[in-house]
Amino acid sequence: MSNRRDFMGIALGGFTALAGGLPALYAMKRSWDPLPSVKAAGFTEVDLSTIPENELITEKWRGKPIFILKKSADMPQDPRDVVAGGARYHVSIGLCTHLGCIPAYFPGEKKFKCACHGGEFDASGKNTFGPPPKPLVIPPFKVDGNKIVLGEAGPEYLEMQKSGIA
Amino acid sequence: MAHFEKASSITEWLDQRLAITTVKKVMALEYWIPKNINFLWAMGMVLAFTFALLTISGIFLLMYYQPNVDTAFDSVNYTIMSEVGFGWLWRHIHGVAASVVFLIIYIHMFTGIYYGSYKKGREMIWLSGMLLFVVFSAEAFSGYMLPWGQMSYWAGMVITNLFEGFSPDIAGGIMNAPGLVEWIRGDYVPGQAFLSRFFMLHVLLLPLVIIGLIGLHFAALRIPHVNNQDGEEFDYHEAAKLYKEGKTKESKVIPFQPVFLSKDVFVLGVYLIFFFYLVFYHFNFAMDPVNFDPADGLKTPAHIYPEWYFLWSYEILRPFPKDPGLIAFGFAQVAFFLLPFLDKSDTVAPANRRGLFKYWFWIMIVDMIVLTVMGKLPPQGIWNHIGLVAAVVFIALFVSLPWVTKNENRA
Repeated sequence: MSNRRDFMGIALGGFTALAGGLPALYAMKRSWDPLPSVKAAGFTEVDLSTIPENELITEKWRGKPIFILKKSADMPQDPRDVVAGGARYHVSIGLCTHLGCIPAYFPGEKKFKCACHGGEFDASGKNTFGPPPKPLVIPPFKVDGNKIVLGEAGPEYLEMQKSGIA
Repeated sequence: MAHFEKASSITEWLDQRLAITTVKKVMALEYWIPKNINFLWAMGMVLAFTFALLTISGIFLLMYYQPNVDTAFDSVNYTIMSEVGFGWLWRHIHGVAASVVFLIIYIHMFTGIYYGSYKKGREMIWLSGMLLFVVFSAEAFSGYMLPWGQMSYWAGMVITNLFEGFSPDIAGGIMNAPGLVEWIRGDYVPGQAFLSRFFMLHVLLLPLVIIGLIGLHFAALRIPHVNNQDGEEFDYHEAAKLYKEGKTKESKVIPFQPVFLSKDVFVLGVYLIFFFYLVFYHFNFAMDPVNFDPADGLKTPAHIYPEWYFLWSYEILRPFPKDPGLIAFGFAQVAFFLLPFLDKSDTVAPANRRGLFKYWFWIMIVDMIVLTVMGKLPPQGIWNHIGLVAAVVFIALFVSLPWVTKNENRA
């Protein structure tokens, strides 16, 4: 008899788990997902022509800070640079790749330094010291004359993605 | 239906229906506690009382707090602090208790480690207690988000970023969970969805889990009984019989109520003087000045550090590069859970009578204090090196524990 009882128990338990438990878990998971209105990509357009050299400009895109740094002639060039209107720019998401604090830019040393855990990046956004595991992340961008559109992947961005830079 | 006689008193009426006399006997009048204990055995009651204070002050804060990114900051710092009558009292009780509860938890934990109260039948007490520690940590973190100040926001950013996992190039990206951080937040950065769900966790789900775990923690105590100052094993039936026969001097036990409770209440009284001194005259230690700036997603505060009770585990994360740091941090979170299984000795005794374990215990305490101090200092120069050494010592302590304790069985 206990075997038939066990069977009933397993059948009921299995049915409940499959028909009720799994869908409920899926519904709960989906309820925690970012809302469509949050996900709907915000596109941010930035005019680069007015930006002074070696001075960090911080824009906001999808709630995150975006670093834009116009490079002066004496700063080393890098494949990570965004070229627009004949000038070179460093463009990245301004969150340390360690744990997401916002590094500060020191124009004298031409370095980004993160106050949280001491990480450092050069003016091309490459990690040079401390715990950050990788360079500052380049957001999807599209160059449009003297302007840059954040959130849209243009040919330059796709090129960077292919070569593993972005 | 059972047969009921007419009751001659309210007690009898309740007794017929709820067996209150039996419940009282089992839970209090004949719940036996060893005599050979000291004030450190009162920490459980101190914790239960502090949890009650947190609940009551929390209920009053809940009536005026608004879990909205635009209004949360003002609802705490303006409405509750200057408009609500005695709103400041609830906030300061809540803030101070949230900090002090961890001090008592640590004392409670280290008492258990020192007297060996985590093994030989007492494993479930230890494990349920450690689960309580973890859920209390989550409760403290989620509560810290609610005032939506700069520290709330950036602590939320840093801690949720931990769930990004390892760098994508480790183990073929298996340990990397893309999208998990956004899923936890409900947004790309901590925002409205984040604040609402952490509010829900703080006021409903986590307190429910805590109450359930407290029940389990108490239940786990009944069969193995409370440990005593010498780790002595004795016959509780025998001891209880002696006590009930009136030979209270010869008996090794006392009833929970009224004897043990009277001592407990004395310790609780001393604690509450200290507690309300902090609430009324020194509440600032629990209020980070940086958190009195409203949250700003485009400006990281100069130094980000957690509250004092998380500093030691934060310092185990900090001195390493990202991936080893995560492993070390993960280890620190589970290390204390493993204690009953890493300790290979059969001896239940105070650490000072346990050979090498004596040194292990005090090195562990000193190391935790060093980690805590280093976690607060900015990550520069010599502090980095001391922090790294202390973090390595912490890991080495737990890895070496089986060998430290193995030899005790030979004696």
